[in-house]
Amino acid sequence: MAATLKDATAIVGIGQTAFAKQLPQSEKELACRAILAALADAGIEPSEVDAFASYTMEETDEVEVAKAIGAGDVTFFSKIGYGGGGSCATVGHLASAVATGQATVGVAWRSRKRGSGPRPWKNTAVQLPTPGQWTRPFGLLRPADEIGMLARRYMHEYGATRDHLFNVAMACRNRANENPAAMMYERPLTREMYMTSRMISDPLCLFDNCLETDGALACVIVSAERARDCRHKPVYVHSVAQGLPSQHHGMVNYWNDDPLSGPAWTAARHLWKQADFGPQDVDVAQIYDAFTPLIPLSLEGYGFCGRGEGAAFTEGGALERGGRLPINTGGGGLSEAYVHGFNLINEGVKQLRGISTAQVPDAATCLVTAGEGVPTSAILLRS
Amino acid sequence: MTTTPAAADELLLPVPDEDGAPFWEYAARGELRVQACAACGRLRFPPRPCCPHCRSFDSEWRRMSGRGRIWSYVRPHPPLLPAYAAQAPYNVILVELADAPHIRLAGNLVTSADAPLDSVDPARLRIGARVHVVFTETGGMTVPRWMLEKS
Repeated sequence: MAATLKDATAIVGIGQTAFAKQLPQSEKELACRAILAALADAGIEPSEVDAFASYTMEETDEVEVAKAIGAGDVTFFSKIGYGGGGSCATVGHLASAVATGQATVGVAWRSRKRGSGPRPWKNTAVQLPTPGQWTRPFGLLRPADEIGMLARRYMHEYGATRDHLFNVAMACRNRANENPAAMMYERPLTREMYMTSRMISDPLCLFDNCLETDGALACVIVSAERARDCRHKPVYVHSVAQGLPSQHHGMVNYWNDDPLSGPAWTAARHLWKQADFGPQDVDVAQIYDAFTPLIPLSLEGYGFCGRGEGAAFTEGGALERGGRLPINTGGGGLSEAYVHGFNLINEGVKQLRGISTAQVPDAATCLVTAGEGVPTSAILLRS
Repeated sequence: MTTTPAAADELLLPVPDEDGAPFWEYAARGELRVQACAACGRLRFPPRPCCPHCRSFDSEWRRMSGRGRIWSYVRPHPPLLPAYAAQAPYNVILVELADAPHIRLAGNLVTSADAPLDSVDPARLRIGARVHVVFTETGGMTVPRWMLEKS
């Protein structure tokens, strides 16, 4: 029988820094603080860490982190590409390494000064992982412009409206209003605010876009056996997947035959194939939300509804606490913090530990996804 | 590198890579051409070294009629690079080519080849609208732009 990752490893520690538009510490210091907090949460000494995983866009290297926190000899390290598409794959790579004996204690992290630091698309000389010669001269400059193009087509094809996108923004904001650590904790949103806000890339307005955030998060992964001796209830990594569909083009994926079914569909097929349960059994979901349209697209991709039904799915409070599928219970990238989706991983762990500020009663299964549109990844967590 | 540093008041110029260079060379002659496999004949965009269908490395550049339909569009608002902010909100359209429905080109809808990026009344932007290509020279490069077909 082939080896399986199913429940072979668990997340046993989570840590985060404050989230703010501007923090005084460097990315490196924020990374170290989040990692040390996650290890303390797990009750594991930093000297025991022998594996690291982060994003290719992470600017603090594992060499620097390992040195600063006093890690031991490191036998596995991995960096995942495509920006926010990498978040869940950091956990997936470490789960693979731990389950196959390449390492024993893995740390995944993301540290970012996006609130006060540079944004890659502001610098005309920066090479982006997109075929820029076909888009940038025409003024498709930012991710919001690229996703806006898909969103307009999606709205046209399936009758989705700005009210549907508002449902997404509102669900995330409502959860942030319950989460004291969220940047939008004391900032309620109304439909009028949403409908009258300035456009960023029409059809996307200000509130369809994630926050600019400084902050860092980390989590600790060990074997299921080791997890039983840790400080908190283990949160098992039940299934993991990455997704890069055939003939995909990056975030600018409107050159595919079918641009409205993105990498989520590919990741989902593998994710569910490896799992003991299906979408109908997911108690709570943390879905990557750099932009509101990614939610209906992801709901379709991960099988919570049919093709073209993602917008209608958001109606009637379905995404709210107590709804059909509560999402982004810490506030998500739209209203808690935008740290390339890592906050969604830690929030999934909080739900399954039963300590979320917007706790779903008896939550035992959680889907966490990484950026849709770009080559992506996802994990299923269970308690 | 896929784009070049530009002066603050200039739009970004395409910086062709080896695979894309013929597209821009044909554009300079006022021709819209798309890469096709010389073995199996399938069109592909963006250009690349090898045919994903038959794996042939032989390609040719096939001339298109220059007609298409708007598949989608956005209207970017600032914050943007200065030259784009100066014309914002402008339009960016995605054109599905009449000759090859799955080849889609990003571009701008304008009232004439050399008109600004915001020259078309936004009320005239519509998915499905018929457009045709025109070419304009900017900073030593020729880039395609699009105009609405008279209906």
